Amino acid sequence: MSRIGKIARRTFLVGSLAVAGGVAFGIYKLRETPPNPLSPGEGAAALNSFVIVDGDGVTLVAPKAEMGQGVHTTWAALIAEELDVELADVTLIHGPPAKAYFNSSLMAEGLPNKGYDASSFAHMLGEVMGQAGKFLNLQVTGGSTSMTDGYERMRVAGATARETLKEAAAQRLGVSRADLTTEAGQVIAPDGTAIPYAELAMAAAEIDPPHVELRPPSRWRLLGKTQPRVDMLGKATGTAEFAIDVRRESMKFATLRINPKLGGTMISADTSAAEGMPGVEKVIRFENGIAVVARNTWLAIQAAEAAEIEWGAAPYPPEMDGILATLDAAFQAEPNSTLRDDGDADTLPAGATEVTAEYDTPFLAHSTMEPMNATALFTGDALEVWSGNQAPIFTRRVCAEAAGLDEDAVTLHTTLMGGGFGRRGELDFSRYAAMVAREMPDVPVQVTWSREEDMRHDFYRPATKARFRGAVQDGKAVLIDGAIAGPSITQQAMGRWLGLSPGGPDKGHVDGAFNQPYAVPNFRIRGHLADLDVPIGFWRSVGASHNAFYLDSFMDELALAAGRDPLDFRLAHARDAFAPAAAVLERVGEMSGWTGQTAEGIGRGVGFCYAFGTPVAMVIEVADEDGAIRIAKAWIAADLGTALDPGNLEAQMTGGMIYGLSAAVMGEITFSDGEVQQRNFPDYDALRIHTVPETAVAILETNPHMGGAGEPSTPPAAPALANAIFDLTGTRARSLPLNKQFTFVI
Amino acid sequence: MSTTLTINGTAHTVDLPENVPLLWVLRDEIGLTGTKFGCGVAACGACTVHIDGEAVRSCQVALADVWGEVTTIEGVGTPDSLSAVQEAWVEHQVAQCGYCQSGQIMQAAALLAQTPQPTDEDIDIAMQGNLCRCGTYPRIRAAIHTAAAKLTEEG
Repeated sequence: MSRIGKIARRTFLVGSLAVAGGVAFGIYKLRETPPNPLSPGEGAAALNSFVIVDGDGVTLVAPKAEMGQGVHTTWAALIAEELDVELADVTLIHGPPAKAYFNSSLMAEGLPNKGYDASSFAHMLGEVMGQAGKFLNLQVTGGSTSMTDGYERMRVAGATARETLKEAAAQRLGVSRADLTTEAGQVIAPDGTAIPYAELAMAAAEIDPPHVELRPPSRWRLLGKTQPRVDMLGKATGTAEFAIDVRRESMKFATLRINPKLGGTMISADTSAAEGMPGVEKVIRFENGIAVVARNTWLAIQAAEAAEIEWGAAPYPPEMDGILATLDAAFQAEPNSTLRDDGDADTLPAGATEVTAEYDTPFLAHSTMEPMNATALFTGDALEVWSGNQAPIFTRRVCAEAAGLDEDAVTLHTTLMGGGFGRRGELDFSRYAAMVAREMPDVPVQVTWSREEDMRHDFYRPATKARFRGAVQDGKAVLIDGAIAGPSITQQAMGRWLGLSPGGPDKGHVDGAFNQPYAVPNFRIRGHLADLDVPIGFWRSVGASHNAFYLDSFMDELALAAGRDPLDFRLAHARDAFAPAAAVLERVGEMSGWTGQTAEGIGRGVGFCYAFGTPVAMVIEVADEDGAIRIAKAWIAADLGTALDPGNLEAQMTGGMIYGLSAAVMGEITFSDGEVQQRNFPDYDALRIHTVPETAVAILETNPHMGGAGEPSTPPAAPALANAIFDLTGTRARSLPLNKQFTFVI
Repeated sequence: MSTTLTINGTAHTVDLPENVPLLWVLRDEIGLTGTKFGCGVAACGACTVHIDGEAVRSCQVALADVWGEVTTIEGVGTPDSLSAVQEAWVEHQVAQCGYCQSGQIMQAAALLAQTPQPTDEDIDIAMQGNLCRCGTYPRIRAAIHTAAAKLTEEG
């Protein structure tokens, strides 16, 4: 780790103690620790921003969006490991929006280095950029960054609190802190006397935190072992509270009907019929649609549908041919990025065999199980909001704006999320709740979107196209030259979050292509940005969700042209680039018993992607079942460097793959007359219990950097499946979803 | 119009139009929020409850048509007193986001009541109407087998 990184972390560690002297790169101000946002009640002490001790025990703060990825459990385990408390004995809260909870890893993920080959300078820069997250208010859960963000900070938070509590005990007992130990939420004196943390908290809060050493992994009790999830009991009994489950005294229920021509206005609306319908309290007009407030959600939805509305046009071409033409046009313009340009990609090496291919992938909806919703209570000079969101500080800001209040007047409760996948990093559903609440003073209102409204007002994974040219010689790839065209998610999302659209190369657009650990002498990836105003957003694994399909499908085509086994071919190029990439490919080959040969009626394909710091290799086996394709088996190997919770990682790898397979098989959002044509699950379905493969997962720990868990297994799913189908049928799939070209068992 | 329902053994009287689906009576009128809204068109199973022991999509049953006693996830077991199916769900750490799991558990409980030792094919048929976007299906299957074994042992 760089010295600057150490100092920055130490600054966080020492809390209110000043560290003398400035540091290079003008990061002095970055090194100021944000104020502790917790104001504990009487008799409680907040030992730092993540640990609260009061008479009832220990409360840990996990300021991360729990949308299913298990972040609350592993985050709490990081603190509890050093604090010496049991997960079953602590209370876990999400905490308020606060700068202290900035994501130190998200900015680093945005840097244009490849990751796997990052020099120490790039890593150092990543850490400094990470500190900048404080200024950009990036309290964001995304980019599979939670564990890299919290891995050291949270153990330090736990250790610091522990040593401070020990110091308080040492002063009380008149002994040295070194003579004390801790166990199960108590300080243990040399004579065996146990003092609960709660008895020491008030004294500890007055003590400057001492320097701490983190325990080596060999001494871990919790980390590295599968922990029971802290949210499991609630989720198995229907008692876990999602935003849609928030209930307040005398609350009303509302729904929205917003222009389906996305971004268009409402020209006129006749809401007289809606206003007369049973249970309706109020119809509210916005510039782009209406909200109906009623006695219950269903009555509100019926009334909203009864309104006669004339909609203005959307700012993008109304039909798919016009939308896709913007991608073709983007190829003709100068590239936005050339983040990889090794050797000479313009020249076909003499004697090499040329391979070319064009690919495309569609728009996708996030389609979380819990439809978008939020609840708000406006009382004239204050606003309280309950929302399952991935970006609390931004959410609070837009709610304040919508209510005409200062941010200080807004209290935001971040609830559990019934799926996120990137959709709940958007601010729209919280803002609409604030807008409705403002029209209903002193009445708590829950604003729930119908499934149709949710599916047709998403921020979609963009449709993109790719053009690849490559060459093979003597069994190896000697040229890969890829161009990818699509609209920029980064520019749109940063505009919504920060009110600014950064220029410069958009890494996310080419992620999963330019940064793949394949040693190829002439290797170029260019990104072309399309001018298209369809609302787009971060969708689980973002750019890698389509780019892995492009690059890894192309690797398969190159292997065929080179006359090599597709797994061996990838290994031959990965070994020299990044050993953990080769390790996961080798492992998945062993797990699946890969021979390169398959029986009649069986097809196997390999897929690989390095994304969010984690290399993931996958083998998928398909079977011909009376002319339909069954996705029968899958093997996944992933290298996260340090596996903090193996059981949860197994769940994330399996679930991420299924999310990717669902999209690859049947996911597609299309537009006609400016409106999304898919309305509900029958039009936009996913794999079900009888169509998912039997899956085995191996987690490796050879990666020198800790990788992310929530997203990296999604990208290799599509190419692994398409490559397996090629093995089965001899037909190459270059366009998703696959059910337009092949018949699947349903 | 006043209607009385028996839900988890307790009588509830509501004054609502007869066409309001049971789902919304449970969630918005009675405050039993364990039953979830997912699609409103019987395509996801998140709203599954039991009426006289039969698994039904509560988004498709009008208040006037509720033909028997309603059991929701809250009536199956509580954090302090789990049913065998819920115990298996915890043992296998099934849930990720957890939003669909009330419906999954209600569907699984109905399956086990009818077919105490379900085969994988029985599970496929009974559970394919229940969507899970997190992809917890392999653990759902394992938990159903565990619950079946547990229930058989208990006799």
